Amino acid sequence: MKIVIVGCGRVGSVLAEAYDAGGHEVVVLDVSTRAFDRLSAEFQGSAVRGDGTDEDTLRRSGAEGADAFLALTEGDNRNVMAAQVATEKLGIERVLAKINDPVRAAAYAELGIATVCRTTMLADSVSGFLGLPSSGVPSMIAPSGGHGAHAHPPLSSPAAGPTSAGASAAGEG
Amino acid sequence: MFVLVVGGGKVGYYLSKELIENGHEVVLMEKDRARADQIADEIGSIVVAHDGCEGKYLGEAGCARADIVAAVTGDDEDNLVICQMAKHHFDVRRTIARVNNPKNEDLFRHLGVDEIISPTRMILGSIEQDIPVHELLHLAALGEGELEIIEAHLQDGSPAVGRPAGDLTMPAGCALFAVIRDGTASPLRSDMTLRVGDKVIAIGPSECEAMLHQQLIGGDPEAATEG
Repeated sequence: MKIVIVGCGRVGSVLAEAYDAGGHEVVVLDVSTRAFDRLSAEFQGSAVRGDGTDEDTLRRSGAEGADAFLALTEGDNRNVMAAQVATEKLGIERVLAKINDPVRAAAYAELGIATVCRTTMLADSVSGFLGLPSSGVPSMIAPSGGHGAHAHPPLSSPAAGPTSAGASAAGEG
Repeated sequence: MFVLVVGGGKVGYYLSKELIENGHEVVLMEKDRARADQIADEIGSIVVAHDGCEGKYLGEAGCARADIVAAVTGDDEDNLVICQMAKHHFDVRRTIARVNNPKNEDLFRHLGVDEIISPTRMILGSIEQDIPVHELLHLAALGEGELEIIEAHLQDGSPAVGRPAGDLTMPAGCALFAVIRDGTASPLRSDMTLRVGDKVIAIGPSECEAMLHQQLIGGDPEAATEG
């Protein structure tokens, strides 16, 4: 399948190489070309320097029609924004955003974005190592079916307007 | 009204100050501690020195009871997340985002931000207004400057539109010689009917400009700044 990865950091580069080696079509984006130094010479996919939150950049790098979109930069907000551009503007169905703030991760999961939270993940691993109870919060939240677009309540629906926002948001929660 | 302002740059600072002067309750969030302290020194202890993107701190700053959240940091993605968190996690009724990249305006609106303020767009709009689109454009001066090549972009309302070029009364010593239509230049023949969008190129002494204006743009050259 065609996989777009935004952010060629440790996680992004490891996954880019793994999926590429697994025979998938991989496009990896990063704002810094130096980040691509992490990729080995064997990497066959495309590495594009550009802003993964920018719709035009994503289209130019061939993100349209991707089967999966992974937002894995070091910035939670950039990931959130990239994921929403992928879902809302490019119509990609399987979208995952890395969000390290547990509150933000849970909030966006409620909005239908699949999130993975390294903070919760690490905390639970450490607790597990010590044999202590875990946080009880899932570190990976995939909204129903794991397909962001379908579980996504239309954020710009009339109900989300200023007058009735309180009522509708409370209902979603 | 209780307004939560996120981002203590110039915009956030002056915004908070004005709001306080107008009798509103304000909390300003600024993640840079030095900057936060500096603002607190000036306008009082309304500053929370934490990142307004972080859900925990947003909650501590009283986001849940804010009437309005204004996200005015210099980073669009931060402003988007602040507004979305405020709206969907804290049920804030009205969210305002500063958008720096005009390309993000539609996206933000689509994603539920109530109000979008784009300084880039505003300045751009201002500049475009200052460029007189109905005026004649001087392309080049010939010889000692006595002759000029002038371009006229035909708009709706131009008296030349719909008329053959040969019908136009040209001042003495002035000639229309070419037309650019759909990006293609061709010699202007007298039987050619002029259309909206045509760029007509004229050559003549600079004194004939008023007459050219009247024939090709229409109206009084001095009053041709509308639109």
